[in-house]
Amino acid sequence: MPENNLNLTLHVWRQNGQGSKGKMVEYKADDISTDMSFLEMLDVVNESLIKDGEDPIAFDSDCREGICGTCGMVIDGVAHGPERATTVCQLHMRHFNNGDKIYIEPFRAKGFPVIKDLVVDRTSFDNIIKAGGYISANTGSAPDANEILIPKDVADRAMDSAACIGCGACVAACPNASASLFTSAKISHLAVLPQGKPESQSRVVSMVQQMDSEGFGSCSNHGECEAVCPKEISISNIARMRREYFKALVGK
Amino acid sequence: MSAKSKGLSSVGKKLINGLTGLGLVFFVIVHLGGNLTLFSSNPDLFNSYAKKLHDLGFLLYAAEIGLLAVFIFHIVSAISVYMSKRKARAYGYHMKGNAGGASRKSISSVSMIYTGIILMAFIIWHVISLKFGPGIDQGYTTVLKGETARDLHKLVYEYFANPFNVSVYVIVMVLLGFHLRHGFWSAFQSLGANHPKYTPVINTTGYILAIVLAAGFLLIPIWIFINTGGGV
Repeated sequence: MPENNLNLTLHVWRQNGQGSKGKMVEYKADDISTDMSFLEMLDVVNESLIKDGEDPIAFDSDCREGICGTCGMVIDGVAHGPERATTVCQLHMRHFNNGDKIYIEPFRAKGFPVIKDLVVDRTSFDNIIKAGGYISANTGSAPDANEILIPKDVADRAMDSAACIGCGACVAACPNASASLFTSAKISHLAVLPQGKPESQSRVVSMVQQMDSEGFGSCSNHGECEAVCPKEISISNIARMRREYFKALVGK
Repeated sequence: MSAKSKGLSSVGKKLINGLTGLGLVFFVIVHLGGNLTLFSSNPDLFNSYAKKLHDLGFLLYAAEIGLLAVFIFHIVSAISVYMSKRKARAYGYHMKGNAGGASRKSISSVSMIYTGIILMAFIIWHVISLKFGPGIDQGYTTVLKGETARDLHKLVYEYFANPFNVSVYVIVMVLLGFHLRHGFWSAFQSLGANHPKYTPVINTTGYILAIVLAAGFLLIPIWIFINTGGGV
């Protein structure tokens, strides 16, 4: 064993299904290379669990490149763990110390019911998008895009909002389990562009309504969402969502 | 689909909470301004300020009803936000953490509902014991420019000779500072005002306002307590 390898104690949330009661279970993770990602560390733990005939820890992952938004868990009380602008698949074990006790929990929110262990159902986010996170205006074919001139700073702002990968860390980190950062990013990236403007009023109203009916809490401006967001989406998006909402209130 | 036809959304609640919050900040600033006359050794200064307000008659009643309405809207929207939070995460984290960095989560921000409830209870007590406290009929009379007026100055000075009253006021005013620390910038954010240049300025203003208002209100009872000899 290379001498900088880690021996860790994990406290992991285990829960069989949506209805069943879960609990924190302690596991040893020994001889963990600091070059591993957090998910690879869990893969190693799972291999030994499988070898012992135990049920492996269920968690979500797909690209493992930090761009798909599939992975996500709460590590020591912080969504995606201690590194800023990082998804949990891109979090490496070199950020931990030998002998650390690590608490691993699923994203906890009424809008994100646990499917198993660390896997949560984020259909609620799809429902918010379905409520208006698109445009139905005809934008023509690809060459037509060059006919609509968009200033660079506006395009940048739209891209900053569009960087949201919908992982749900904002909800997990929010003391109120609010989905305001996600919803506002999806509202903003369309609202600032000319193609998104015609439907901006109905969009903000339906998406906010859907967000509320999915059981997410209200935003109290704690800003914890921005701090955990792997794409560093700013809470200025939430302010824009409120402006758009106010416009819709007085506009019609 | 119009926003008006539907009930109040989570965003609508924040618009109301932010707007009424800023209204209350304005009221608190004016209230402290008037109360600064209590530092003067001339009781007529505070009494004539109180009399001027009282002489507004109908206008004062209208303003008071308006203020009460602002308070109620602020409280109801805040409680509604709090209740939605309780429902949205029925099962909490075993290990709680703070991300730091861009986060604005602080003791102030997570205790808004508690400091708010304490302030509400305090304000009811404050209004009952001073505004609706003993007046002309109970002998608290003074003469201002030949007219008989309520000697509110005497009442306030007697009130703050009591160490219990002074302690409660001091503690609650510190809590007011915490409430404003998060509340001021948060009100702007709730109203959709966020700007890379101005938001830091608003944030700093909130900090200063919290300290100045808490310190101003907290020094009045201490000042009176010391000046009345610190005893009953």
